[in-house]
Amino acid sequence: MISLTSPVEIWSHRLPAGLKLAALSLATVLLFATDNPALLGGAVVAVAGLYGTGGVVFFRQGLRNLRVLWPFLLLIALWHGATGQMAAGLVVALRLLAALALANFVTMTTRLSDMVDVLTVLLTPFRRLGLSTRALELSIALVIRFTPTIADKGKLLSLSWRARSPRRPGWRIVVPMAALAIDDAEHVAEALRARGGLEQPRRP
Amino acid sequence: MERNITLIALFAALIAALGLIPKLTLAFGVPITAQSMGIMLCGTVLGARRGALAVLLFLALVALGLPLLAGGRGGLGAFAGPAVGFLIGWPVAAFVIGFIVERWRTGPLALVASVASVIGGIGAMYLFGVVGMAILLDKTLIEALMLVTVFLPGDVIKAVLAGMITAALARSRPSSVLSRS
Repeated sequence: MISLTSPVEIWSHRLPAGLKLAALSLATVLLFATDNPALLGGAVVAVAGLYGTGGVVFFRQGLRNLRVLWPFLLLIALWHGATGQMAAGLVVALRLLAALALANFVTMTTRLSDMVDVLTVLLTPFRRLGLSTRALELSIALVIRFTPTIADKGKLLSLSWRARSPRRPGWRIVVPMAALAIDDAEHVAEALRARGGLEQPRRP
Repeated sequence: MERNITLIALFAALIAALGLIPKLTLAFGVPITAQSMGIMLCGTVLGARRGALAVLLFLALVALGLPLLAGGRGGLGAFAGPAVGFLIGWPVAAFVIGFIVERWRTGPLALVASVASVIGGIGAMYLFGVVGMAILLDKTLIEALMLVTVFLPGDVIKAVLAGMITAALARSRPSSVLSRS
């Protein structure tokens, strides 16, 4: 499975993931605390600068990841253009752009394994309380393993549908897809139980 | 115990798979995917607690940086965008849907699951989504509500389909529809 981490290695890849996440949280809080268009504009320029340090390829990739925002920016522009409150619209648009781009930057420069490590650290207090976090760690691995599997089975189902019908498969294919996911779940549960289950190994 | 965990994980994977396959994007018109139907199925099939946990697990993996949202989106940016309210509403929606299906045991499952999906998947989810959009786009609640009404017909169709799919699953895999067992 492909993660959203950028293949272009830049300096930010080497920073600790926890630090990046803490800085991102702080920056996002600050972005939402101000209504000053000049400050927010500065923030957008600063974030663009951050992307710039990664080179042209990295910058382009970052721009591509912002595509989701265009409909919203267009909407804000139309809305505020019609009501004549351009300044307010600018504030909203700049804030969204800066916050989203910054969050993407952290995702693009942090490996999945580093993110999982941060999650494990954050869960330490629960382990201290005696709760097992093995279940969560195992489920994360299971989802990563089985998402492509289920997607492949969905593709096969839709191919076999097409072999038999001139019409599009549509929603009907979701029933066998979900049934196959349930079957997989039962098999994996059996396999886990056969290997001693999820219980932590008891110390004598 | 193991079965609960694997079912939760596999349904989280099912939500992801429903968003991954563009071919499965149903012909509803407005850019709508089957992904939110996956959220409804988590509630109708797994029940309130396990359904909400499956959705939370899915969102955790999105936040960790996997491109699992429909259209290959994901990462922390998904939680900084204007649609973040809907993402927060997802586990709540699954819980509400599961809660209704678990409690309302008279009546045909297809109908119960459809009504539950409308209440949870539209009522609860839009509540969070609209409040989120109102805050992030600096609009009033009414204005934000108007912006999302385009998605309403598609979501009603998906809720009805989710009910029918749940009933079909209850026939083919009766022991696995945990909301009714």
